[in-house]
Amino acid sequence: MADRIKRPAALWLYTGGIYLFVFAPIAASFVFSLNADRFPTLPLGGFSLDWYARVFTDPAVWEAFSHSALAALATGVLATFLGFGAAYTDYRYKFFGKSAYLAIALLPPTVPVIVLGLSMLAYLSRLALSGALYSIVIAHAVLCAPFAMAIIRLRLSQMDSALEAASWNLGAGPWRAMRHVVLPFAAPSLVSALFLTMAISFDEYAIAWFVSGLNETVPVRVLSILQGSVSPEINAIGGIVFLTSILLVVAAQVVHLRSSRRDARSARTGD
Amino acid sequence: MLSVTNRSPGAVLSATAVSRGTVPRFARLIYPLAWATPMAAWQTLFFVVPLGFLIVLTFWKVENYRLVAALDPVNWIAVYGTPYFWSVYLRTCAMAAGAAALISLIAFPCAYFLAFHLDKGARRLAVLLLITPFFTSYLVRVYTWQAFLGDNGLINAALQGAGREPVAMLNTVFGTFVGYATLCLPLVVLLQFMSLVNIDRSLIEAARNLRCPPWRTVWAVIVPSARVGLVLGATFAFILTFGDFVSPTYLGGGNPPTLGILITDFTKAGNQWPRAAVVAVTMVTTLILVAFFAVRFAYKTRRRSHG
Repeated sequence: MADRIKRPAALWLYTGGIYLFVFAPIAASFVFSLNADRFPTLPLGGFSLDWYARVFTDPAVWEAFSHSALAALATGVLATFLGFGAAYTDYRYKFFGKSAYLAIALLPPTVPVIVLGLSMLAYLSRLALSGALYSIVIAHAVLCAPFAMAIIRLRLSQMDSALEAASWNLGAGPWRAMRHVVLPFAAPSLVSALFLTMAISFDEYAIAWFVSGLNETVPVRVLSILQGSVSPEINAIGGIVFLTSILLVVAAQVVHLRSSRRDARSARTGD
Repeated sequence: MLSVTNRSPGAVLSATAVSRGTVPRFARLIYPLAWATPMAAWQTLFFVVPLGFLIVLTFWKVENYRLVAALDPVNWIAVYGTPYFWSVYLRTCAMAAGAAALISLIAFPCAYFLAFHLDKGARRLAVLLLITPFFTSYLVRVYTWQAFLGDNGLINAALQGAGREPVAMLNTVFGTFVGYATLCLPLVVLLQFMSLVNIDRSLIEAARNLRCPPWRTVWAVIVPSARVGLVLGATFAFILTFGDFVSPTYLGGGNPPTLGILITDFTKAGNQWPRAAVVAVTMVTTLILVAFFAVRFAYKTRRRSHG
């Protein structure tokens, strides 16, 4: 480490440029949302909360928010449940066809959302299940469960595999061992998975656009504004969505940090 | 306690299986099945079967705006028979491949910097910052790029202020690529970073001790060692841009279209689901082939470099 190369200025600048590119639209959207003018030009118009006021008084946006929140909550719970079961299965058991099992569990995010959306629309409408809020939940659970599974699997791999077996040997049935040993250990990752999958569902526009019918969610609403005219309302909606997602992620992080600190503490006292 | 922790999980499992020998076999299966089945059932019912149904759908017909079950190759012929489709197909492939190559190239120096020139704390912050964009709406970011790139947008206003001619950026391929980079640059940097940070540092030290010049160290030592992550990053960039319809529509102008736009047109405007299904099946097949060869390429070169 002593002879680590000095940070070359060019690489510093370059990386700064990359971060500028990544954050320019995020920061600009926030600035535009507080700008009085309809069309963003320099110099900016006066400061105004007008667009936020307009968003908050638009019943269509309220409805979209409630649709999104409901769908995200249901998706999060469902995807976390599915993800936990699969993560635990992968952690605990070896069986014939396991790689096929893992493949169908993990593959959905690699299929373009537009293809998923179309196949969902075609399939669900055959079953008369399309065009409702639960259609979004069904489809989003497919997309989100793999993420939940990955997060929970990561946590389970930190668990001493003898812990569960020890409780079995001490006379606990598998269900009791699950309740008193595995679930408490996995709990923080369950919360993280819940929040992350909710955030993914809350932001997803393509599948929701295909299967939601008349039940517009927030991103679908944004998509339809995008197709229409220029409106800084998008920036205000974007700001609110960003805050919601970040709150979810920060909440997940806090839970995660707390539990790892608790782990560290118990490890110390255990020694 | 010691004897339990020293046993391998498999040994513990078989030991408990023996101690449970009196419980009927069926009852012992309930517990594992209860955890394994939900995911398998859900993804079969709502992922595998719908994708399978998509293939069936390509043979159905549309009569009087209604879907009719059939076994008719008419949609395949209609879609594959037009040179227009193939030009869209090749264009989409070329744009996704170009985006994957370009974004990988752009991302590499940044990932390199994060992996080799930052200390642990700064690195964690840099990674955290790169994760943030995943939680902002892609649609909103694309909308904001419109304000930057438009003919009367912020960049052109700045150019004119500096006495330069305005440049057309919105509704061009350049605009589409800006959107593509918005979509996957952070992910590609992260994937490259993760493989770079795990390189055995002694390899780099060895190259330096042998007086290998820095550029050659990057090319002959670091790139081959991080091959898997680099290929993975490029593959994800290809997958994401190949299926994206937002950037080509709202930053590229939508004309000429990409396969994603073709699907939305067939579904939303034309009510031609079977034809959209033909396009979708073609897309998935292409992606499977690309992913297959990418994975093979990644691991083949790796094996050789270790041998």
